[in-house]
Amino acid sequence: MTTQSIFKGLLRPVLVSAVFFMLLTGLAYPAFTTVAAQLLFPFQARGSLLERDGLVMGSALIGQHFTRPEYFHGRPSMTLGADPQDPSKSVSQPYNAGSSGASNLGPTSQKLVDQVAARVQAYRQDNGLATDAQVPVDAVTASASGLDPHISVANARLQLPRVARLRQLPEAELLQLVNAHTTARTLGLLGEPRVNVLQLNLALDARLPSRQPPIAASE
Amino acid sequence: MLSTVLEFALVLGLMTGLAVLMGKWLTRVFTGTQHALPERCTYRLLGIDPRESMNWARYGSALLLSNAAMMLLGYFILRLQAVMPINPLGLAAQTPDLAFNTAVSFITNTNWQAYSGETSLSNFSQMAVITFLMCVGATSGVVAAAGFIRGLSRSSSGDIGNFWVDFTRTLYRVMLPLCVGMALVYVWQGMPQTFASQALATTLEGAQQQLIVGAVASFESIKHIGTNGGGFFSMNAAHPFENPTPLTNALHILSMLLIPSALTYTFGSMLLQRRQGWVFFGTFLVLFIGFLALVYGAEQNGNPLLTQAGANQTLSLEQSGGNMEGKELRFGIADSSLFIATTTAATTGSVNTMHDSLTPMGGFVPLAQMMLNCVFGGDGVGFINLIQYALLTVFLVGMMIGRSPEFLGKKIEAREMKLVMLSVLAHPISILGFTALAALWPDTMASLNNLGPHGFSEVLYAYTSGTANNGSAFAGLNANTPFFNTTIGLAMLIGRFFTLLPMLAVAGSLAMKKTVPAGAGTIPTATPLFMLLVVFVVLVVGGLTFLPALALGPLVEQLQLLSGQTYN
Repeated sequence: MTTQSIFKGLLRPVLVSAVFFMLLTGLAYPAFTTVAAQLLFPFQARGSLLERDGLVMGSALIGQHFTRPEYFHGRPSMTLGADPQDPSKSVSQPYNAGSSGASNLGPTSQKLVDQVAARVQAYRQDNGLATDAQVPVDAVTASASGLDPHISVANARLQLPRVARLRQLPEAELLQLVNAHTTARTLGLLGEPRVNVLQLNLALDARLPSRQPPIAASE
Repeated sequence: MLSTVLEFALVLGLMTGLAVLMGKWLTRVFTGTQHALPERCTYRLLGIDPRESMNWARYGSALLLSNAAMMLLGYFILRLQAVMPINPLGLAAQTPDLAFNTAVSFITNTNWQAYSGETSLSNFSQMAVITFLMCVGATSGVVAAAGFIRGLSRSSSGDIGNFWVDFTRTLYRVMLPLCVGMALVYVWQGMPQTFASQALATTLEGAQQQLIVGAVASFESIKHIGTNGGGFFSMNAAHPFENPTPLTNALHILSMLLIPSALTYTFGSMLLQRRQGWVFFGTFLVLFIGFLALVYGAEQNGNPLLTQAGANQTLSLEQSGGNMEGKELRFGIADSSLFIATTTAATTGSVNTMHDSLTPMGGFVPLAQMMLNCVFGGDGVGFINLIQYALLTVFLVGMMIGRSPEFLGKKIEAREMKLVMLSVLAHPISILGFTALAALWPDTMASLNNLGPHGFSEVLYAYTSGTANNGSAFAGLNANTPFFNTTIGLAMLIGRFFTLLPMLAVAGSLAMKKTVPAGAGTIPTATPLFMLLVVFVVLVVGGLTFLPALALGPLVEQLQLLSGQTYN
């Protein structure tokens, strides 16, 4: 076994395989899959986009930043966006789907503890809870993607009286709507029971338009 | 709680069934004598003779050189991204150190990412560099295992097969068909698959939202089947487009475990020793279940500091509770824990939860699994790592009873043990050496996102993940600096090739030996006792090597958490 015999004739397959397999697995494979996916599942393949009056309102899978009290609110989001004043810097821009992100704060981070304490206070105030009420953990911790479309059933139930009051809806009726937008575990085993906030809020608007209509997108 | 146990049992049961099916298929791929038409065309294009039999050195050289050429091709495309097609967002090229790190990362099946996908890679690069390198990197791992198992199964012969034939067949008969099928299931569940780069939306409250899309499903399927793990998006499999439903989450997990677990069956089939294959499968499973229980318990228990701040972390019918910082609601604690245990066992490195925000003992699990690096392990290499520990076990046990060690009817001698030790030692030297260097490096503090022991864990995690070719991160660490890009890049190369090449040499050396009949002093290796011995050796060797480093990171952090100590 000489060194020469080990490498003999390897040059051509080494070079050709790099280029050929790049074309095959890097271009042909994704291109073929894209064509098949667009034919079979065009809605999902384009990003599950939800439209209202011909306007794209978002994706059924991606959460949005809700601040108005008459909407259900999603989970805290730590995504960043470019500072409008100085594009070289980043500032907090919750639910920025152009740049998913998390806090990445560890369990002994004082920053994390302070953030959670502040969110707990705000949540109690927004929803008229007692000053020592325990708040569902998903309502006060940031999600991994910063784009989590869901909240827990416990979280939705605590926000329900506020939304019902502001929309002048009976709580029982709103509870039905929340239940209709609650997804159970897949096969009773996989995942967690969850409420899709965007779809619930879209349904709310459809039933009873928000008193502050959304600003028409002119730009 | 009951549904969680049932869910874990269901996934592990499915994994076992799939391991048998896939194991049978892989055996046929590795031992078949017929070449299909597309394969014959490929051989002609490559200019190779499919009948050639290679010894381990030639087989290893072909692997190493073709990987090097593919890596360089990927590097140049990344450097030229700005002038390449399909870049409507006009993204700039990666810097030299970042492009080096990215190309190394994907060819070594690590998929460490010092960049964020949305803002750094065009759709063309996501396909022509990342998807390409994920496909060929994973295939190379499986091919190495094919050569390795063949070496173990032969006697008095120096040949371990033909690299080009193994590569082409594995790609055509296993990887590509599985990936196309899985990608379409993923699209059905909601993953985008389009040539467009973005969709613009106006939210209910009137803000603009830029939704990044692309060829996500085809990326995700090879990412998990190939135990690659890099994300299309910055937040990886936590992003709703990469992992929209609990079903896709379960499919990701099964995909990651598919080939690593199947190889134990393939091994049993090719050596005509089914029991031996199951003993190795059992070794993987025992370690896996132990780690899964540990991470689930820690995360469900939650963070006591958050309870003090007013958060309710109790599990109930209306919420999953637990430590939800950095987790997605649709997965809760159970699906997140299963994913954490799987992704660091199968060294994929895909994440559906932010590991940096795990509780200390929750974060201990991914670190420990990557340090041991043989709980299932990545496609091909995980199995090779396990055999390395099995050889170490027969050696240690042989020493204890004063007999010369044998494995699969072959005498284990000084040459094999030296190669095994090279491979066993390269791993901790890379992890601990680079971590020590980074701890002394003056700029490291500026890269940390957390201080105290958790900051140390961020650095330790980075080199462990790189060396184990995992790719997950305590992602708070800003690793996109020339120092981290270069050292983690080197750690990935050391971790990949200082394991693969010595172990291929072991296989080559065992293939040349005569099979000797089992004698009275032979330790039977196809028994539950041997399985427990391997588990014991893995834990002792790993424990002795890494316990001091773990003590400075997660263990001391756990004690501080209980005493309420925090860091700014």
